[in-house]
Amino acid sequence: MIRAALVLLLLSGPALAIGNPADMLPDPAQEARAREIGRELRCLVCQNESIEDSNADLARDLRLLVRERIRAGDSDAQVVAFLRDRYGDFVLLRPPFNASTAALWLSPALVLAGGILTMWLVRRRGHAAPAGPAPLSPEEQARLAALEAEARR
Amino acid sequence: MTPALRRRLLLLAPFGIVAAGGAAFYGMLQGLQTGEFNPRGVPSVLIGRPAPAFDLPEVPGAEVPLFRHADIAPPGRPVIVNFWASWCVPCVVEHPQLMALSREGVPVFGIAYKDRPEDSRGFLRRHGNPFARLARDEPGRAAIDWGVYGVPETYLLDAQGIIRWRFAGAVTPEILAREIRPLLRRYAS
Amino acid sequence: MIAEAGHFALALALALSLALSTLPLLGAARGDAALMEAARPLSHGVLLTIAAAFGFLAWAYVVNDTTVMNVVQNSHSLKPLLYKITGVWGNHEGSMVLWVLILAICAASVAAFGGNLPSVFRARVLAVLGWVLVGFLAFILLTSNPFERVWPPPPDGQGLNPLLQDIALAIHPPLLYVGYVGTAITYAFAVAALIEGRVDSAWGRWVRPWAVASWAFLTLGIAIGSWWAYYELGWGGFWFWDPVENASLLPWLAGTALLHSAIVVEKREALKIWSVLLALLAFGLSLLGTFLVRSGVLNSVHAFANDPERGVFILGLLLAYVGGGFLLFALRAPAMAPTGLFAPVSREGALVLNNLLMCSLAVVVFLGTLWPMFADFLFGVSISVGPPFFNMASFPLVVPLFLAMAVGPLMPWKRAALWPAVQRLWAAAVLGLLGFLAALAIGGWNPLPLLGFAAAAYLIGAAITDIADRAGVGRTTLANAWNRARGLPRAAWGAAIAHAGVGVCLAGISGMGFATERIAALSPGQSVAIGAYEWRLEGVRDAAGPNWTSRRATLTVLHNGQPYAVMEPERRFFPIGRQTTTEASIRTNILRDLYAVMGEEEGGRAVIRVHYKPLAPLIWIGAIIMAAGGFLSLSDRRLRVAGGARRREAQAGVPA
Repeated sequence: MIRAALVLLLLSGPALAIGNPADMLPDPAQEARAREIGRELRCLVCQNESIEDSNADLARDLRLLVRERIRAGDSDAQVVAFLRDRYGDFVLLRPPFNASTAALWLSPALVLAGGILTMWLVRRRGHAAPAGPAPLSPEEQARLAALEAEARR
Repeated sequence: MTPALRRRLLLLAPFGIVAAGGAAFYGMLQGLQTGEFNPRGVPSVLIGRPAPAFDLPEVPGAEVPLFRHADIAPPGRPVIVNFWASWCVPCVVEHPQLMALSREGVPVFGIAYKDRPEDSRGFLRRHGNPFARLARDEPGRAAIDWGVYGVPETYLLDAQGIIRWRFAGAVTPEILAREIRPLLRRYAS
Repeated sequence: MIAEAGHFALALALALSLALSTLPLLGAARGDAALMEAARPLSHGVLLTIAAAFGFLAWAYVVNDTTVMNVVQNSHSLKPLLYKITGVWGNHEGSMVLWVLILAICAASVAAFGGNLPSVFRARVLAVLGWVLVGFLAFILLTSNPFERVWPPPPDGQGLNPLLQDIALAIHPPLLYVGYVGTAITYAFAVAALIEGRVDSAWGRWVRPWAVASWAFLTLGIAIGSWWAYYELGWGGFWFWDPVENASLLPWLAGTALLHSAIVVEKREALKIWSVLLALLAFGLSLLGTFLVRSGVLNSVHAFANDPERGVFILGLLLAYVGGGFLLFALRAPAMAPTGLFAPVSREGALVLNNLLMCSLAVVVFLGTLWPMFADFLFGVSISVGPPFFNMASFPLVVPLFLAMAVGPLMPWKRAALWPAVQRLWAAAVLGLLGFLAALAIGGWNPLPLLGFAAAAYLIGAAITDIADRAGVGRTTLANAWNRARGLPRAAWGAAIAHAGVGVCLAGISGMGFATERIAALSPGQSVAIGAYEWRLEGVRDAAGPNWTSRRATLTVLHNGQPYAVMEPERRFFPIGRQTTTEASIRTNILRDLYAVMGEEEGGRAVIRVHYKPLAPLIWIGAIIMAAGGFLSLSDRRLRVAGGARRREAQAGVPA
């Protein structure tokens, strides 16, 4: 699931801060992993950028830290947990799925379902109600009779 | 509930959402002014946990003992840990508060963040040295372990070395009076 | 003197707006033609006074009048003239003056081009626009006066963010604001209809051109903002799901839904209550964006200077207009019973599906954008909602949208069968498959971008099929079909072109999925290569501009060993403001972008990063095509039918 989700990120275009090539890991597979993880981590001193997109000092420190942990053999989840342990959920650009964020994550499905339900209910009510015009009152009936008599003459 | 009433309520829903949202936004604006709501702040996840271990070098020539992890594991009384740097302007703003605390005998332990030793020394010579213990973290790695994302940041630890409070930004006299002193009293026993 | 004149002009505009917001309404309630007709000259008066105020402000910037606080805070004598002028709207106060100026232009346009509207309705629409003018002029005069003086005047201004000294970013606000403010027009149409208690197919026909116009400008405004981010921010991204970007996307989504549902109102007299609600919502989302950017509750690179006091005022305006609109809606909507019926599988059904998906997408983006601040405020929980969430959440909603976009135009009204429509798209499906295979051959295996290409080709093919089908291709001779195609209403061409534009844009986005980059620290003479392209560093030298100095790298680009181009990325230093920006160098041949950025230098070597981005320009070309389709629709003869008959009174009581 994480893999597929990370692949989705590619659709938005790879992003890499102007880093130092010396910062990059020598193994391209590990470097790719580091970038994928980095794109999930928020640069804390910027507004809404990932550590891979930011030129801030702290972002660079965190990028180096991610690469260090990867070289030390941590799995993707362990690297993310390492940072989450220190900065909390705020550092994750992908909000965790728990009781408080369930509504957010399920919102596409919920909203779609809600919309379809509303449409169905409206249609049902539309079919149940009579589509013809309201019946005439006695005065209006009398007026109609007088007009018809007038027209026949 | 009659169908007509249900329809009325449904049609009122957009208005209801706007009203509720408006109330919440108003609350946020009030919170922005009082400082309680800070969309740019990152809360500390270390509150309630023991201070992270570290092994940092001293600031040579600072004439202050080295700040070691052993000093706060446990400290035996509430202490202040302050991350600072000579290049950080708000650190100058908060310095008098730190000096006041140190004069009152509260242990203030400092970690110089990404600061060259000569610059740190110069800063302390110019503004005074409130630190009972001092270490330097030039790479900034220990700061990451503490969840620091900028300077200055100030932590209050209780007598057992558990982090009880963290503040990111310059410690003003109000914060000193409203938050730090009460906490020092609370954790004194 | 000029500043005081500007201030006075704004106050005068407020007075005229007060008149505009009351007199025509009174006239409409009483049937007083004179009062109703007063709306037109009043709207002209408001436009003149606000234009004068804007002109005075611009003059203060051009002559660098440092006695005006706004000029001091946001300009500098060394700024090039063009950026002095565009700097007028590069700050909060000036941008609000631009906002009301555009609103006044919108009101005057409705007065000028609204000849096809019944006079009572038109009077009410203009009065509602007057309400909006009153609110925002009051906001400017009470909290954000751009004409405040400062004495003694400082010797010079404090400059402007160098990032804003850029032509694309200069055009971005005006285009965007026309889109944002344009939603006020459809809002006014909705409120006027609610006041009258009647929405009919005529309303749908009247509202649509204004909905399309504001949508087209909003599309262009968002596209320019995205293009600016692409070439300025230095790493080639074009959409970041930044909260302020989302704030512009939300009214765009609602606007797209509205211009589609208005078609159903016009053709089938259905979805009336829903369309009115959408029109209210689009303006509400636009105001929400204004609030989020200017109040300080948002954590974003875009946010203007944060002032909670101004935030409270804007919040008040938001509640008055949107809350008031929704309250009116709750009171009056029951009187508007829907009449047209249609089967779920039909052109109406497809348009309803469009609305369902667009609005679901809007809700998801809305929730994702606001969740962090609400979670923080209500529960003290601090989380981030970033691109990973938005990409994942929007994907399942956008895919069915593309499919509906292809099939919908081919289905008849009222009742249709799905399979025949899908069958007619066989050519588009073939095109989709070809797109997939071509991309696979050129770019290699990369599932999502490949699917994107297939979908893009399919959409373009579907748009062509739409026109071809209406022209009768396959049922008559080609020459005949060609003649018929040329005779098709411009609105039909506009829709097909706009849908094709979505396909082009999607192709560009998919192309980004195949982008590659290389980064290296180069000394002069060394080079870095991607595929057949090689970038050789010739050297790095100093350069200077009117208010900046820079380090500029010269790169010779070789294609298959032959010199192809010279690229000169640089890093600029702005002494006023002490900021550094990176200026990327981009070479485009429409089908791909070559992108080079210079980083830091150390020990005689410069860090150079190069990108190869296939089809990137198509992202913005696609957006331009979409807007062009919208503008083409506007020029349709059917929409201009009453343009000359300005004074003819349509019968107020007869639904058309």
